[in-house]
Amino acid sequence: MAWTRFGKKKDMPGGLWIKCENCGQMLFRKEFEQRFRVCSACGYHFTLPGRERVALTADPGTFEELYKNLVAEDRLGFVDRVPYAEKLKETGKKTGESDAMIVGTCTIKGLPVVLGVMNFSFMGGSMGMVVGEKVARAIELATARKLPVVLFCCSGGARMHEGPISLMQMAKTCGALARLNEAGGVSISVMTHPTTGGVTASFASVCDVLIAEPHALIGFAGPRVIATTIKKELPKGFQRAEFLLEKGQIDKIVPRASLRDEVARLVAYATGQDPVKAFKEPWETGVPVEVAAPAESEPAPAPKKKVRAKTAE
Amino acid sequence: MVPTGPPARLRVDPANLGPALSESTPAKTSDRLADGLAFERPLLELQQKIQELRKLAQTTHLDLQGEVQVLEERLRHQTQEVYAGLTPWERVNVARHADRPLTTDYVEKMLDDFVELHGDRLYGDDRAILTGLAAMRGVRFLLVGHRKGKTVKERLASNFGCAHPEGYRKAMQKMRLAEKLRIPIVTLINTPGAYPGIGAEERGQAGAIARNILDMFTLRVPVLAIVIGEGGSGGALGIGVGDRVGMLENAYSSVISPEGCAAILWKSGEKTPEAAEALNLTSKDLLRLGLVDAVIPEPLGGAHRDPATTVDNVRRQILAWLDELAPLPLDQLLEQRFWKFRRMGMPIEVEA
Ligand SMILES: [Zn+2]
Repeated sequence: MAWTRFGKKKDMPGGLWIKCENCGQMLFRKEFEQRFRVCSACGYHFTLPGRERVALTADPGTFEELYKNLVAEDRLGFVDRVPYAEKLKETGKKTGESDAMIVGTCTIKGLPVVLGVMNFSFMGGSMGMVVGEKVARAIELATARKLPVVLFCCSGGARMHEGPISLMQMAKTCGALARLNEAGGVSISVMTHPTTGGVTASFASVCDVLIAEPHALIGFAGPRVIATTIKKELPKGFQRAEFLLEKGQIDKIVPRASLRDEVARLVAYATGQDPVKAFKEPWETGVPVEVAAPAESEPAPAPKKKVRAKTAE
Repeated sequence: MVPTGPPARLRVDPANLGPALSESTPAKTSDRLADGLAFERPLLELQQKIQELRKLAQTTHLDLQGEVQVLEERLRHQTQEVYAGLTPWERVNVARHADRPLTTDYVEKMLDDFVELHGDRLYGDDRAILTGLAAMRGVRFLLVGHRKGKTVKERLASNFGCAHPEGYRKAMQKMRLAEKLRIPIVTLINTPGAYPGIGAEERGQAGAIARNILDMFTLRVPVLAIVIGEGGSGGALGIGVGDRVGMLENAYSSVISPEGCAAILWKSGEKTPEAAEALNLTSKDLLRLGLVDAVIPEPLGGAHRDPATTVDNVRRQILAWLDELAPLPLDQLLEQRFWKFRRMGMPIEVEA
């Protein structure tokens, strides 16, 4: 499904308060951001901006970003209401990002990995040539360095503005995974809200371990498309992480507050390290959260705070 | 990809079911043309005139040979002109034409032998994907193709060519058989997209497609993929990773249906022709973008006017490619297959 479906901003940037889109509770923005955008009332997991995801996952100061200089080119001369080339420039300015994928190396609780994070705020995390290329390079780097690759997915699907080029990124990323597998590498996919369309139908679903955040919408077709096709109301909880777990499509649901631990534990299993140690290391050992800020300004240092978010259950 | 929302055809609109709605066998192209096929009308009228003239000559014993020849020449000329100037949206409608040869026509007309093999060994036998062992001009291969169906009953049974996860898993199960038998694989792609439904999602539609795409990179036999009609996003790619990828001249391949794209980006179904144009979905576009290896020519006026010639052209391309790939060592074949897709859509690098 296309990314624009999710494009509606529900929170006003800079506002002091934010309304939970699940339970309607008014949340104090600063506290909400310190809790990695999990509602303190109902445990609902909001979409986490890419940079905050990196900060939440990587050990402080260890993330080295790669392939930053890759940018998309409008090869089709695609114009809907605005030319794609212009949209790229505008979105770049607005988000401070070059595209919807952040890739780099880091350690997670001391364990080195290649980390890829999709950034939903860049055109709905849609996959075009840059996302496809960065995912492929992340996987290839992991293959070459014999490191696990951890991919955080968050995408409305393929980027229509790149036409059939974006479609082929599904093949590109899966091809890279096929070679990783052959070399004995390990891949972990974390599907977050929302992960749909061409991303779900390619690299996100064929990593070795599939994790999802609670209540994340994960699917091939968008719910609206399905409802229109079958002319029926969709069952409650359809295409949510819990639904996928029940249907046997994913390995595990992990709340955001324990994701870092859980990924580290899996990485430990994958690389012959001690998983007990990886998991026991206290959560509080410094996970500074960058408060979302305009790209130019310094990220505000966030106070350390014990985080224990309630989950949807 | 973008699970497009199956195009309008899937929402069962009698107009889209084409002439087959009232009969069990498809009627010849009639005056019941979809909107996007309006350009066919003058050609059909001319065709009809020629037929009438012939009939008249027969019944009245008048010599109308000269008149018929003039009209036939005009028809040829006009068909050439119309088809050379088709818009992308019009081509999409040609690709969806009710009389366009389907996978089952290729089985019937192109192959010398065919043994259909059913089922995915896990859940069911998806009628939207046809698989079987095929022989043609002394060559054996596995044929995998989307099946759309001709009669209303068949169309419903095969979900108009929209496969479920079991269809993709069936395709892979048979492709592994081909690998074991050391025979190449030929896929014929013709789908509006993978089926968007509750059961499909429950059984892992996305995962099934992704698994096929990944696994096709590992198949140790030559793989050819040919888009014969609609190449609808992930549903097409799920059997579309080949050492050679071809497209019939009027086939299309798109990341989303033009209807879906228009609805999302333009917020208007009326902008479908514009969306089709913007999406760069014609065979010419894909060739220019380096995403397919060859465009297989269609007879004058499209595949639906002359299925026999279309099938011949596809057969010739398959045989040529199989010849070309046969001598390649398998490691080299797989290496080339990977790089072929790895190079698609390289972004530009800017100074940091
Ligand atoms: Zn809430």
